[in-house]
Amino acid sequence: MNAALELGLLYGIMALGVYLTFRILNFPDLTVDGSFTTGAAVAASLIINGVPAPLATLAGAASGAVAGLVTGVLYTKGRIDGLLAGILTMIALWSINLRIMGKSNLPLLREDTLMTPLRDAGLLGGAWSILLFAVAALVIKFAIDWFLSTDLGLSIQATGNNEQMIRSLGVNTHRTTILTLAISNGLVALCGALIAQYQGFADVSMGIGLILVGLASVIVGQAVFGRRNIFLASLAVIGGAVIYRLVIFFALGAGLNPNDMKLISALLVVAALLLPRWGFLKRIPSLRQMRSAAAVKPNYVKAN
Amino acid sequence: MLLIENITKTFFPGTVNERVALNDVSLQLNTGDFVTVIGSNGAGKSTLLNMISGKLPIDSGDLSIDGSSVKRMPDYARAAYVGRVFQDPMAGTAPDLSIEQNLALALRRGKRRGLAWGVTHKRREFFREELLSLELGLENRLKARVGLLSGGQRQALSLLMASFTQPRILLLDEHTAALDPQRAELVTTLTESIVAKHHLTTLMVTHNMEQALRLGNRLIMMHEGQIILDVDAERKATMTVPDLLAEFAKIKGASLDDRALLG
Repeated sequence: MNAALELGLLYGIMALGVYLTFRILNFPDLTVDGSFTTGAAVAASLIINGVPAPLATLAGAASGAVAGLVTGVLYTKGRIDGLLAGILTMIALWSINLRIMGKSNLPLLREDTLMTPLRDAGLLGGAWSILLFAVAALVIKFAIDWFLSTDLGLSIQATGNNEQMIRSLGVNTHRTTILTLAISNGLVALCGALIAQYQGFADVSMGIGLILVGLASVIVGQAVFGRRNIFLASLAVIGGAVIYRLVIFFALGAGLNPNDMKLISALLVVAALLLPRWGFLKRIPSLRQMRSAAAVKPNYVKAN
Repeated sequence: MLLIENITKTFFPGTVNERVALNDVSLQLNTGDFVTVIGSNGAGKSTLLNMISGKLPIDSGDLSIDGSSVKRMPDYARAAYVGRVFQDPMAGTAPDLSIEQNLALALRRGKRRGLAWGVTHKRREFFREELLSLELGLENRLKARVGLLSGGQRQALSLLMASFTQPRILLLDEHTAALDPQRAELVTTLTESIVAKHHLTTLMVTHNMEQALRLGNRLIMMHEGQIILDVDAERKATMTVPDLLAEFAKIKGASLDDRALLG
Protein backbone atom coordinates (compact mmCIF):
# COMPACT_ATOMS: atom_id res chain seq x y z
CA MET A 1 0.00 0.00 0.00
CA ASN A 2 2.79 2.41 0.94
CA ALA A 3 4.75 1.32 -2.08
CA ALA A 4 1.66 1.98 -4.22
CA LEU A 5 1.48 5.52 -2.83
CA GLU A 6 5.18 6.08 -3.49
CA LEU A 7 4.89 4.79 -7.02
CA GLY A 8 1.75 6.84 -7.58
CA LEU A 9 3.51 10.04 -6.54
CA LEU A 10 6.53 9.27 -8.72
CA TYR A 11 4.30 8.44 -11.67
CA GLY A 12 2.52 11.72 -10.95
CA ILE A 13 5.50 13.46 -12.55
CA MET A 14 4.92 11.48 -15.74
CA ALA A 15 1.19 12.25 -15.54
CA LEU A 16 1.97 15.97 -15.29
CA GLY A 17 3.94 15.65 -18.51
CA VAL A 18 1.03 13.89 -20.22
CA TYR A 19 -1.29 16.57 -18.84
CA LEU A 20 0.76 19.27 -20.60
CA THR A 21 0.34 17.69 -24.02
CA PHE A 22 -3.03 15.97 -23.70
CA ARG A 23 -4.96 18.71 -21.89
CA ILE A 24 -3.03 21.96 -22.35
CA LEU A 25 -1.79 21.47 -25.89
CA ASN A 26 -4.68 19.21 -26.90
CA PHE A 27 -2.20 16.83 -28.51
CA PRO A 28 -2.27 13.05 -27.93
CA ASP A 29 1.45 12.40 -27.70
CA LEU A 30 2.51 8.76 -27.91
CA THR A 31 6.20 9.61 -27.66
CA VAL A 32 5.99 9.03 -23.90
CA ASP A 33 6.11 5.23 -24.30
CA GLY A 34 9.61 5.66 -25.70
CA SER A 35 10.86 8.73 -23.86
CA PHE A 36 10.05 7.23 -20.45
CA THR A 37 12.41 4.36 -21.18
CA THR A 38 14.96 6.73 -22.69
CA GLY A 39 15.08 8.66 -19.42
CA ALA A 40 15.53 5.42 -17.50
CA ALA A 41 18.12 4.07 -19.93
CA VAL A 42 20.25 7.21 -19.99
CA ALA A 43 20.16 7.63 -16.21
CA ALA A 44 20.91 3.95 -15.58
CA SER A 45 23.83 3.73 -18.02
CA LEU A 46 25.34 6.94 -16.69
CA ILE A 47 25.02 5.79 -13.08
CA ILE A 48 26.62 2.47 -13.95
CA ASN A 49 29.45 4.41 -15.61
CA GLY A 50 30.06 6.36 -12.43
CA VAL A 51 28.23 9.59 -13.11
CA PRO A 52 26.64 11.01 -9.91
CA ALA A 53 22.97 10.07 -9.66
CA PRO A 54 21.52 13.64 -9.66
CA LEU A 55 23.43 14.49 -12.83
CA ALA A 56 22.48 11.20 -14.47
CA THR A 57 18.83 11.85 -13.62
CA LEU A 58 18.95 15.30 -15.19
CA ALA A 59 20.63 13.89 -18.28
CA GLY A 60 17.81 11.35 -18.50
CA ALA A 61 15.26 14.15 -18.40
CA ALA A 62 17.15 16.11 -21.05
CA SER A 63 17.25 13.11 -23.38
CA GLY A 64 13.47 12.83 -23.09
CA ALA A 65 13.15 16.51 -23.97
CA VAL A 66 15.12 15.86 -27.16
CA ALA A 67 12.71 13.03 -28.03
CA GLY A 68 9.78 15.42 -27.54
CA LEU A 69 11.51 17.96 -29.72
CA VAL A 70 11.81 15.41 -32.52
CA THR A 71 8.09 14.62 -32.35
CA GLY A 72 7.36 18.35 -32.34
CA VAL A 73 9.46 19.01 -35.41
CA LEU A 74 7.89 16.07 -37.27
CA TYR A 75 4.44 17.39 -36.41
CA THR A 76 4.99 21.08 -37.14
CA LYS A 77 7.70 21.40 -39.77
CA GLY A 78 7.08 17.97 -41.28
CA ARG A 79 3.27 18.32 -41.13
CA ILE A 80 2.93 14.70 -40.05
CA ASP A 81 -0.24 13.83 -38.17
CA GLY A 82 0.29 14.18 -34.41
CA LEU A 83 -0.51 10.58 -33.53
CA LEU A 84 1.76 9.26 -36.26
CA ALA A 85 4.59 11.65 -35.34
CA GLY A 86 4.47 10.32 -31.78
CA ILE A 87 4.39 6.71 -32.92
CA LEU A 88 7.36 7.27 -35.25
CA THR A 89 9.49 8.70 -32.46
CA MET A 90 8.33 6.03 -30.03
CA ILE A 91 9.27 3.18 -32.35
CA ALA A 92 12.59 4.77 -33.26
CA LEU A 93 13.35 5.19 -29.55
CA TRP A 94 13.00 1.46 -28.98
CA SER A 95 16.16 0.86 -31.00
CA ILE A 96 17.88 3.90 -29.55
CA ASN A 97 17.08 2.79 -26.01
CA LEU A 98 18.59 -0.63 -26.68
CA ARG A 99 21.70 1.07 -28.07
CA ILE A 100 21.97 3.25 -24.96
CA MET A 101 21.55 0.31 -22.61
CA GLY A 102 23.57 -2.19 -24.64
CA LYS A 103 21.23 -4.94 -23.46
CA SER A 104 17.56 -5.15 -22.62
CA ASN A 105 17.92 -4.86 -18.85
CA LEU A 106 20.31 -2.81 -16.71
CA PRO A 107 20.34 -3.67 -12.99
CA LEU A 108 21.20 -0.85 -10.58
CA LEU A 109 21.24 -2.90 -7.41
CA ARG A 110 24.74 -2.13 -6.17
CA GLU A 111 24.94 1.37 -7.64
CA ASP A 112 24.66 4.67 -5.85
CA THR A 113 21.29 6.06 -6.92
CA LEU A 114 19.03 8.83 -5.67
CA MET A 115 17.13 6.16 -3.75
CA THR A 116 20.21 4.71 -2.00
CA PRO A 117 20.19 7.20 0.92
CA LEU A 118 16.49 6.54 1.47
CA ARG A 119 16.94 2.81 1.33
CA ASP A 120 19.97 2.90 3.64
CA ALA A 121 18.05 4.99 6.15
CA GLY A 122 15.20 2.50 5.95
CA LEU A 123 12.77 5.20 4.89
CA LEU A 124 11.47 3.60 1.69
CA GLY A 125 7.97 2.28 2.13
CA GLY A 126 7.36 4.52 5.12
CA ALA A 127 5.58 7.78 5.81
CA TRP A 128 8.71 9.90 5.38
CA SER A 129 9.48 8.74 1.89
CA ILE A 130 5.84 9.18 0.90
CA LEU A 131 6.05 12.73 2.21
CA LEU A 132 9.33 13.31 0.35
CA PHE A 133 7.91 12.02 -2.93
CA ALA A 134 4.78 14.09 -2.40
CA VAL A 135 6.91 17.21 -1.93
CA ALA A 136 8.89 16.40 -5.07
CA ALA A 137 5.72 15.94 -7.12
CA LEU A 138 4.22 19.13 -5.70
CA VAL A 139 7.35 21.17 -6.45
CA ILE A 140 7.08 20.13 -10.08
CA LYS A 141 3.33 20.78 -10.03
CA PHE A 142 3.84 24.32 -8.72
CA ALA A 143 6.60 24.95 -11.25
CA ILE A 144 4.16 23.96 -14.01
CA ASP A 145 1.40 26.12 -12.53
CA TRP A 146 3.77 29.08 -12.50
CA PHE A 147 5.11 28.40 -15.98
CA LEU A 148 1.62 28.21 -17.46
CA SER A 149 0.72 31.61 -16.03
CA THR A 150 3.69 33.43 -17.55
CA ASP A 151 3.45 35.22 -20.89
CA LEU A 152 5.06 32.23 -22.56
CA GLY A 153 2.89 29.72 -20.67
CA LEU A 154 -0.29 31.59 -21.57
CA SER A 155 0.67 31.49 -25.23
CA ILE A 156 1.13 27.71 -24.86
CA GLN A 157 -2.31 27.39 -23.30
CA ALA A 158 -3.77 29.47 -26.13
CA THR A 159 -1.99 27.31 -28.72
CA GLY A 160 -3.97 24.33 -27.48
CA ASN A 161 -7.16 26.30 -27.03
CA ASN A 162 -7.43 28.47 -30.16
CA GLU A 163 -4.48 28.26 -32.51
CA GLN A 164 -5.86 30.69 -35.11
CA MET A 165 -6.38 33.35 -32.46
CA ILE A 166 -2.95 33.13 -30.92
CA ARG A 167 -1.26 33.19 -34.32
CA SER A 168 -3.18 36.37 -35.10
CA LEU A 169 -1.67 37.78 -31.90
CA GLY A 170 1.84 37.05 -33.08
CA VAL A 171 2.76 33.69 -31.57
CA ASN A 172 4.69 31.16 -33.63
CA THR A 173 2.58 28.15 -32.70
CA HIS A 174 5.15 25.74 -34.14
CA ARG A 175 7.58 26.96 -31.53
CA THR A 176 5.14 26.71 -28.63
CA THR A 177 4.09 23.22 -29.74
CA ILE A 178 7.67 21.97 -29.97
CA LEU A 179 8.56 23.57 -26.64
CA THR A 180 5.61 21.96 -24.87
CA LEU A 181 6.36 18.54 -26.31
CA ALA A 182 9.98 18.89 -25.16
CA ILE A 183 8.98 19.90 -21.61
CA SER A 184 6.35 17.18 -21.44
CA ASN A 185 8.70 14.43 -22.55
CA GLY A 186 11.41 15.85 -20.33
CA LEU A 187 9.11 15.30 -17.35
CA VAL A 188 8.18 11.83 -18.57
CA ALA A 189 11.86 10.91 -18.94
CA LEU A 190 12.63 12.38 -15.52
CA CYS A 191 9.97 10.08 -14.13
CA GLY A 192 11.50 7.16 -16.04
CA ALA A 193 14.91 7.94 -14.54
CA LEU A 194 13.44 8.06 -11.03
CA ILE A 195 11.40 4.87 -11.48
CA ALA A 196 14.48 3.00 -12.71
CA GLN A 197 16.34 4.03 -9.57
CA TYR A 198 13.35 3.26 -7.37
CA GLN A 199 12.84 -0.26 -8.69
CA GLY A 200 16.57 -0.87 -9.13
CA PHE A 201 16.72 -1.54 -12.86
CA ALA A 202 16.01 -0.08 -16.26
CA ASP A 203 14.24 -2.30 -18.75
CA VAL A 204 13.70 -1.66 -22.43
CA SER A 205 10.03 -2.57 -22.18
CA MET A 206 9.24 -0.51 -19.08
CA GLY A 207 7.54 2.22 -21.11
CA ILE A 208 5.15 0.02 -23.06
CA GLY A 209 1.58 1.18 -22.61
CA LEU A 210 2.68 4.04 -20.41
CA ILE A 211 0.63 6.57 -22.38
CA LEU A 212 -2.47 4.78 -21.09
CA VAL A 213 -1.24 5.12 -17.52
CA GLY A 214 -0.73 8.82 -18.14
CA LEU A 215 -4.13 9.28 -19.76
CA ALA A 216 -5.81 7.24 -17.04
CA SER A 217 -4.19 9.44 -14.39
CA VAL A 218 -5.22 12.67 -16.11
CA ILE A 219 -8.76 11.61 -16.93
CA VAL A 220 -9.54 9.80 -13.67
CA GLY A 221 -7.90 12.49 -11.57
CA GLN A 222 -9.79 15.29 -13.25
CA ALA A 223 -13.06 13.35 -13.14
CA VAL A 224 -12.68 12.97 -9.38
CA PHE A 225 -10.99 16.21 -8.35
CA GLY A 226 -12.12 18.58 -11.10
CA ARG A 227 -10.27 20.88 -13.44
CA ARG A 228 -11.73 24.31 -12.79
CA ASN A 229 -8.35 25.98 -12.97
CA ILE A 230 -4.73 25.06 -13.56
CA PHE A 231 -3.98 24.77 -9.86
CA LEU A 232 -6.72 22.18 -9.30
CA ALA A 233 -6.24 20.46 -12.64
CA SER A 234 -2.54 19.75 -12.10
CA LEU A 235 -3.19 18.66 -8.52
CA ALA A 236 -5.90 16.33 -9.79
CA VAL A 237 -3.41 14.79 -12.21
CA ILE A 238 -1.11 13.75 -9.36
CA GLY A 239 -4.15 12.51 -7.45
CA GLY A 240 -5.16 10.52 -10.51
CA ALA A 241 -1.73 8.90 -10.72
CA VAL A 242 -2.01 7.83 -7.08
CA ILE A 243 -5.54 6.51 -7.57
CA TYR A 244 -4.34 4.55 -10.58
CA ARG A 245 -1.57 2.88 -8.53
CA LEU A 246 -4.05 2.05 -5.78
CA VAL A 247 -6.41 0.48 -8.33
CA ILE A 248 -3.48 -1.62 -9.61
CA PHE A 249 -2.53 -2.51 -6.04
CA PHE A 250 -6.01 -3.77 -5.24
CA ALA A 251 -6.33 -5.52 -8.60
CA LEU A 252 -3.10 -7.40 -7.85
CA GLY A 253 -4.36 -8.13 -4.36
CA ALA A 254 -7.53 -9.57 -5.86
CA GLY A 255 -5.50 -12.22 -7.65
CA LEU A 256 -4.76 -10.65 -11.04
CA ASN A 257 -1.16 -10.88 -12.19
CA PRO A 258 1.08 -8.00 -13.41
CA ASN A 259 0.58 -9.02 -17.03
CA ASP A 260 -3.12 -8.23 -16.70
CA MET A 261 -2.36 -4.63 -15.81
CA LYS A 262 -2.27 -3.35 -19.40
CA LEU A 263 -5.82 -4.62 -19.82
CA ILE A 264 -6.84 -3.01 -16.54
CA SER A 265 -5.28 0.29 -17.69
CA ALA A 266 -7.11 0.21 -21.00
CA LEU A 267 -10.43 -0.64 -19.33
CA LEU A 268 -9.89 2.13 -16.79
CA VAL A 269 -9.34 4.72 -19.52
CA VAL A 270 -12.31 3.47 -21.55
CA ALA A 271 -14.48 3.59 -18.44
CA ALA A 272 -13.29 7.07 -17.53
CA LEU A 273 -14.01 8.28 -21.06
CA LEU A 274 -17.39 6.59 -21.55
CA LEU A 275 -19.08 6.58 -18.17
CA PRO A 276 -19.54 10.36 -17.94
CA ARG A 277 -21.12 10.31 -21.40
CA TRP A 278 -23.59 7.64 -20.31
CA GLY A 279 -24.59 9.70 -17.34
CA PHE A 280 -23.21 7.29 -14.78
CA LEU A 281 -20.54 9.57 -13.37
CA LYS A 282 -22.42 12.75 -14.19
CA ARG A 283 -23.68 12.92 -10.67
CA ILE A 284 -20.16 13.09 -9.25
CA PRO A 285 -19.09 16.12 -11.32
CA SER A 286 -22.38 17.85 -10.59
CA LEU A 287 -21.90 17.39 -6.86
CA ARG A 288 -18.45 18.81 -7.28
CA GLN A 289 -19.76 21.80 -9.19
CA MET A 290 -22.39 22.53 -6.60
CA ARG A 291 -19.68 22.77 -4.02
CA SER A 292 -17.46 24.97 -6.15
CA ALA A 293 -20.42 27.07 -7.29
CA ALA A 294 -21.00 28.17 -3.73
CA ALA A 295 -17.44 29.41 -3.57
CA VAL A 296 -17.45 31.64 -6.64
CA LYS A 297 -19.40 34.71 -7.62
CA PRO A 298 -22.87 33.84 -8.88
CA ASN A 299 -22.43 35.34 -12.34
CA TYR A 300 -19.86 32.70 -13.28
CA VAL A 301 -22.09 29.84 -12.37
CA LYS A 302 -24.89 29.69 -14.84
CA ALA A 303 -23.02 28.40 -17.88
CA ASN A 304 -20.65 26.18 -15.96
CA MET B 1 1.16 53.05 -44.74
CA LEU B 2 -0.31 49.97 -46.41
CA LEU B 3 0.58 49.54 -50.04
CA ILE B 4 -0.84 46.71 -52.11
CA GLU B 5 0.58 46.40 -55.60
CA ASN B 6 -0.88 44.18 -58.31
CA ILE B 7 -1.77 41.28 -56.04
CA THR B 8 -3.10 38.17 -57.71
CA LYS B 9 -4.39 35.05 -56.00
CA THR B 10 -5.76 31.97 -57.70
CA PHE B 11 -7.20 29.04 -55.81
CA PHE B 12 -6.72 25.49 -57.15
CA PRO B 13 -4.66 26.63 -60.14
CA GLY B 14 -4.53 24.24 -63.05
CA THR B 15 -7.60 22.27 -61.95
CA VAL B 16 -11.22 22.36 -63.06
CA ASN B 17 -11.97 24.21 -59.81
CA GLU B 18 -9.54 27.01 -60.62
CA ARG B 19 -10.87 30.28 -59.30
CA VAL B 20 -9.27 33.70 -59.50
CA ALA B 21 -9.96 35.27 -56.12
CA LEU B 22 -7.91 38.42 -56.62
CA ASN B 23 -7.09 39.74 -60.04
CA ASP B 24 -4.31 42.34 -60.12
CA VAL B 25 -5.56 44.31 -57.14
CA SER B 26 -3.78 47.50 -56.09
CA LEU B 27 -4.72 49.60 -53.11
CA GLN B 28 -3.07 52.22 -50.97
CA LEU B 29 -4.15 53.09 -47.46
CA ASN B 30 -2.93 56.26 -45.80
CA THR B 31 -2.34 56.55 -42.10
CA GLY B 32 -5.64 56.96 -40.30
CA ASP B 33 -7.75 55.79 -43.24
CA PHE B 34 -10.85 53.87 -42.28
CA VAL B 35 -11.88 52.01 -45.41
CA THR B 36 -15.04 49.95 -45.67
CA VAL B 37 -15.11 47.14 -48.21
CA ILE B 38 -18.31 45.81 -49.78
CA GLY B 39 -19.01 43.33 -52.52
CA SER B 40 -20.99 40.20 -53.29
CA ASN B 41 -20.01 36.71 -52.17
CA GLY B 42 -16.82 35.53 -53.82
CA ALA B 43 -15.77 39.06 -54.71
CA GLY B 44 -12.41 38.55 -53.01
CA LYS B 45 -12.95 40.64 -49.87
CA SER B 46 -11.92 37.97 -47.39
CA THR B 47 -9.06 36.83 -49.62
CA LEU B 48 -7.78 40.39 -49.64
CA LEU B 49 -7.78 40.42 -45.84
CA ASN B 50 -6.09 37.00 -45.74
CA MET B 51 -3.38 38.35 -48.02
CA ILE B 52 -2.76 41.34 -45.76
CA SER B 53 -2.73 39.29 -42.55
CA GLY B 54 -0.49 36.69 -44.16
CA LYS B 55 -2.87 33.82 -43.54
CA LEU B 56 -2.57 32.84 -47.20
CA PRO B 57 0.49 33.34 -49.42
CA ILE B 58 0.36 35.80 -52.30
CA ASP B 59 0.73 34.39 -55.84
CA SER B 60 2.17 37.55 -57.35
CA GLY B 61 2.40 41.23 -56.57
CA ASP B 62 3.75 42.96 -53.50
CA LEU B 63 2.49 44.10 -50.14
CA SER B 64 4.29 46.56 -47.91
CA ILE B 65 3.61 48.17 -44.57
CA ASP B 66 5.34 51.46 -43.78
CA GLY B 67 7.47 51.13 -46.87
CA SER B 68 8.92 47.69 -46.26
CA SER B 69 7.69 44.57 -47.99
CA VAL B 70 6.02 42.03 -45.70
CA LYS B 71 5.18 39.64 -48.50
CA ARG B 72 7.41 36.87 -47.19
CA MET B 73 6.65 37.40 -43.54
CA PRO B 74 4.65 34.56 -41.95
CA ASP B 75 1.29 35.42 -40.41
CA TYR B 76 2.45 35.33 -36.79
CA ALA B 77 5.28 37.76 -37.56
CA ARG B 78 2.99 40.07 -39.47
CA ALA B 79 0.69 40.11 -36.46
CA ALA B 80 3.06 42.66 -34.95
CA TYR B 81 1.67 45.16 -37.44
CA VAL B 82 -1.76 43.78 -38.18
CA GLY B 83 -4.63 43.31 -35.74
CA ARG B 84 -7.59 41.29 -36.86
CA VAL B 85 -11.15 40.51 -35.82
CA PHE B 86 -12.77 37.49 -37.44
CA GLN B 87 -16.38 37.01 -38.46
CA ASP B 88 -16.84 34.12 -36.04
CA PRO B 89 -17.15 35.53 -32.50
CA MET B 90 -15.52 32.32 -31.21
CA ALA B 91 -12.41 32.76 -33.37
CA GLY B 92 -10.79 35.75 -31.72
CA THR B 93 -10.55 34.59 -28.11
CA ALA B 94 -9.39 31.51 -26.18
CA PRO B 95 -12.52 30.10 -24.49
CA ASP B 96 -10.80 28.20 -21.67
CA LEU B 97 -8.74 31.17 -20.56
CA SER B 98 -10.05 34.03 -18.48
CA ILE B 99 -10.79 37.51 -19.76
CA GLU B 100 -7.64 38.90 -18.17
CA GLN B 101 -5.49 36.07 -19.56
CA ASN B 102 -6.86 36.70 -23.05
CA LEU B 103 -6.08 40.39 -22.70
CA ALA B 104 -2.59 39.59 -21.41
CA LEU B 105 -2.00 37.51 -24.55
CA ALA B 106 -3.15 40.37 -26.75
CA LEU B 107 -1.03 42.86 -24.85
CA ARG B 108 2.15 41.07 -25.96
CA ARG B 109 1.31 41.35 -29.66
CA GLY B 110 4.55 41.43 -31.61
CA LYS B 111 6.67 41.32 -28.46
CA ARG B 112 8.80 38.62 -26.91
CA ARG B 113 6.92 36.33 -24.56
CA GLY B 114 9.10 35.33 -21.65
CA LEU B 115 8.73 34.07 -18.12
CA ALA B 116 7.23 37.20 -16.61
CA TRP B 117 3.79 36.79 -15.04
CA GLY B 118 1.09 37.09 -17.67
CA VAL B 119 -1.35 38.95 -15.44
CA THR B 120 0.22 41.41 -13.04
CA HIS B 121 -1.50 43.87 -10.76
CA LYS B 122 -0.50 46.74 -13.02
CA ARG B 123 -1.73 45.01 -16.16
CA ARG B 124 -4.99 44.10 -14.44
CA GLU B 125 -5.65 47.77 -13.70
CA PHE B 126 -4.98 48.61 -17.32
CA PHE B 127 -7.33 45.84 -18.51
CA ARG B 128 -10.04 47.07 -16.17
CA GLU B 129 -9.76 50.54 -17.59
CA GLU B 130 -9.87 49.31 -21.18
CA LEU B 131 -12.84 47.03 -20.48
CA LEU B 132 -14.66 49.94 -18.90
CA SER B 133 -14.76 51.58 -22.31
CA LEU B 134 -16.79 48.62 -23.67
CA GLU B 135 -19.54 49.39 -21.15
CA LEU B 136 -20.45 45.71 -20.87
CA GLY B 137 -19.54 45.26 -17.21
CA LEU B 138 -16.69 42.92 -18.15
CA GLU B 139 -14.30 44.91 -15.94
CA ASN B 140 -15.88 43.14 -12.96
CA ARG B 141 -15.46 39.68 -14.47
CA LEU B 142 -11.73 39.64 -15.20
CA LYS B 143 -11.35 36.08 -13.95
CA ALA B 144 -14.37 34.68 -15.79
CA ARG B 145 -13.71 32.15 -18.54
CA VAL B 146 -14.24 33.75 -21.93
CA GLY B 147 -16.22 30.67 -23.01
CA LEU B 148 -18.97 31.84 -20.64
CA LEU B 149 -19.48 35.13 -22.47
CA SER B 150 -22.14 35.74 -25.13
CA GLY B 151 -21.20 36.09 -28.79
CA GLY B 152 -21.55 39.86 -28.65
CA GLN B 153 -19.40 40.13 -25.53
CA ARG B 154 -16.75 37.89 -27.07
CA GLN B 155 -16.71 39.92 -30.25
CA ALA B 156 -16.39 43.17 -28.30
CA LEU B 157 -13.51 41.61 -26.38
CA SER B 158 -11.91 40.42 -29.64
CA LEU B 159 -12.18 43.94 -30.99
CA LEU B 160 -10.49 45.32 -27.90
CA MET B 161 -7.76 42.65 -28.10
CA ALA B 162 -7.12 43.39 -31.77
CA SER B 163 -6.91 47.13 -31.28
CA PHE B 164 -5.70 48.22 -27.84
CA THR B 165 -2.03 47.70 -28.66
CA GLN B 166 -2.57 50.06 -31.61
CA PRO B 167 -1.37 47.90 -34.49
CA ARG B 168 -0.43 49.68 -37.70
CA ILE B 169 -3.42 48.15 -39.47
CA LEU B 170 -6.71 46.84 -38.13
CA LEU B 171 -8.57 44.27 -40.23
CA LEU B 172 -12.24 43.67 -39.54
CA ASP B 173 -13.72 40.73 -41.44
CA GLU B 174 -17.51 41.07 -41.30
CA HIS B 175 -17.08 41.12 -37.58
CA THR B 176 -20.71 42.05 -36.89
CA ALA B 177 -22.29 39.64 -39.39
CA ALA B 178 -22.77 36.72 -36.99
CA LEU B 179 -24.41 38.83 -34.26
CA ASP B 180 -28.06 39.69 -33.71
CA PRO B 181 -28.99 43.24 -34.82
CA GLN B 182 -28.77 44.74 -31.33
CA ARG B 183 -25.33 43.23 -30.61
CA ALA B 184 -24.15 44.10 -34.10
CA GLU B 185 -25.10 47.71 -33.48
CA LEU B 186 -23.20 47.68 -30.20
CA VAL B 187 -20.05 46.26 -31.77
CA THR B 188 -20.36 48.73 -34.66
CA THR B 189 -20.53 51.65 -32.24
CA LEU B 190 -17.55 50.27 -30.33
CA THR B 191 -15.62 49.89 -33.57
CA GLU B 192 -16.27 53.50 -34.41
CA SER B 193 -15.10 54.79 -31.05
CA ILE B 194 -12.05 52.52 -30.77
CA VAL B 195 -10.82 53.35 -34.27
CA ALA B 196 -11.30 57.05 -33.57
CA LYS B 197 -9.63 56.83 -30.18
CA HIS B 198 -6.42 55.24 -31.49
CA HIS B 199 -6.55 56.75 -35.03
CA LEU B 200 -6.20 53.23 -36.42
CA THR B 201 -5.71 52.58 -40.10
CA THR B 202 -8.60 50.22 -40.69
CA LEU B 203 -9.93 47.97 -43.40
CA MET B 204 -13.45 46.73 -42.64
CA VAL B 205 -15.28 44.17 -44.77
CA THR B 206 -19.04 44.26 -44.38
CA HIS B 207 -22.17 42.99 -46.04
CA ASN B 208 -24.17 45.84 -44.65
CA MET B 209 -24.22 48.74 -47.12
CA GLU B 210 -25.74 51.15 -44.64
CA GLN B 211 -22.89 50.34 -42.23
CA ALA B 212 -20.33 50.69 -45.01
CA LEU B 213 -21.59 54.19 -45.76
CA ARG B 214 -21.92 55.26 -42.16
CA LEU B 215 -18.44 54.22 -41.00
CA GLY B 216 -15.08 55.32 -42.24
CA ASN B 217 -13.74 57.90 -44.62
CA ARG B 218 -13.52 55.79 -47.75
CA LEU B 219 -15.43 52.96 -49.37
CA ILE B 220 -14.32 50.41 -51.92
CA MET B 221 -16.49 47.93 -53.75
CA MET B 222 -15.12 44.64 -55.01
CA HIS B 223 -16.44 42.35 -57.69
CA GLU B 224 -14.95 39.18 -59.14
CA GLY B 225 -11.53 39.76 -57.64
CA GLN B 226 -11.21 43.39 -58.57
CA ILE B 227 -11.83 46.76 -56.97
CA ILE B 228 -14.54 48.26 -59.15
CA LEU B 229 -15.39 51.36 -57.16
CA ASP B 230 -13.40 53.61 -54.84
CA VAL B 231 -15.41 56.32 -53.08
CA ASP B 232 -13.65 59.12 -51.23
CA ALA B 233 -14.86 60.71 -48.00
CA GLU B 234 -16.54 63.67 -49.65
CA ARG B 235 -18.65 61.66 -52.03
CA LYS B 236 -19.28 58.96 -49.45
CA ALA B 237 -20.81 61.49 -47.07
CA THR B 238 -23.64 62.26 -49.49
CA MET B 239 -24.12 58.75 -50.82
CA THR B 240 -27.14 56.61 -49.97
CA VAL B 241 -27.67 52.88 -50.23
CA PRO B 242 -29.75 53.22 -53.45
CA ASP B 243 -26.92 55.32 -54.93
CA LEU B 244 -24.50 52.55 -54.11
CA LEU B 245 -26.76 49.88 -55.62
CA ALA B 246 -27.22 51.95 -58.74
CA GLU B 247 -23.47 52.41 -59.02
CA PHE B 248 -22.96 48.68 -58.63
CA ALA B 249 -25.54 47.83 -61.28
CA LYS B 250 -24.00 50.37 -63.64
CA ILE B 251 -20.45 49.07 -63.29
CA LYS B 252 -21.47 45.46 -63.31
CA GLY B 253 -23.62 46.03 -66.39
CA ALA B 254 -20.78 47.86 -68.06
CA SER B 255 -18.27 45.14 -67.35
CA LEU B 256 -20.67 42.53 -68.65
CA ASP B 257 -21.23 44.59 -71.77
CA ASP B 258 -17.51 44.89 -72.31
CA ARG B 259 -17.09 41.19 -72.08
CA ALA B 260 -20.03 40.58 -74.35
CA LEU B 261 -18.47 42.91 -76.90
CA LEU B 262 -15.07 41.35 -76.61
CA GLY B 263 -16.49 37.84 -76.67
